[in-house]
Amino acid sequence: MSIYDFIFYLFAILTIVSALMVVSSDNIVRSAFYLLATFFGVSGLYVLLGADFVAVTQIMVYIGGILILLLFGVMLTSNITHVEIKKGMKNIVPAIIAIGVLLGALISMMFNTKWKEQLAELPQTTSYELGRLLITDYVLIFELLGILLLIALIGAASMARRDKVED
Amino acid sequence: MVEVGLTHFLVVSSILFSFGLYGVLTRKNAILVLMGIELMLNAANINFVAFSRYGNFGLNGQLMALFVIVLAAAEAAIALAIVLNIYKTFGHVNVDEIDNLKE
Repeated sequence: MSIYDFIFYLFAILTIVSALMVVSSDNIVRSAFYLLATFFGVSGLYVLLGADFVAVTQIMVYIGGILILLLFGVMLTSNITHVEIKKGMKNIVPAIIAIGVLLGALISMMFNTKWKEQLAELPQTTSYELGRLLITDYVLIFELLGILLLIALIGAASMARRDKVED
Repeated sequence: MVEVGLTHFLVVSSILFSFGLYGVLTRKNAILVLMGIELMLNAANINFVAFSRYGNFGLNGQLMALFVIVLAAAEAAIALAIVLNIYKTFGHVNVDEIDNLKE
């Protein structure tokens, strides 16, 4: 078992176990912190796949941005000092059955499909090539995403404003 | 043990996706539903990056993963604003009890 395999299994187990804790933990804040471990494990898998820029972006955007947003959401919408942080689940048994069937189907599909595996010749550092693609082939998507982010942020800020200003 | 290849990454992403869907289906709290959605987006991202590594597509897969990350950020911001408004209106964020558009 090479060192690559060992690190893969390490990150895979970290990702899967913490993802399981995210969906099964009773405490919302604890779920959020397990989500941090999941994002970190996924970022490690990106590094193993040779995607250094995506891995760093994952850490900066997901852990530094989205997770903090979610934590703020938890803090602002649940009464932390209250003993019983609102939790609860519904439809556990049907959901487990459905998810079991889906997972079995997905995994058997992954194993039974004859993937054409060939290691791509990726550059040593991907950021140069990614930047070149962003301003050539994908420039339209790049600009659209910029506009989308601007609209989303303005919309979120105006929606979450505490007092509505009367006209 | 077999050497780690494309299938291993795909299996990890399948499991992650299933857990995310389980969270979306069973959780009552809107924030936890959001976390399930983030798990599912991450699973899709692993697939993109894995196929980019084990296929002959250049870096296009990694770029798609970056776009998904940007969309996830926008989605989280909007969803959080909506959740805050729901909390202001109803006093809780349980998605199974919210069945009115206005008070």
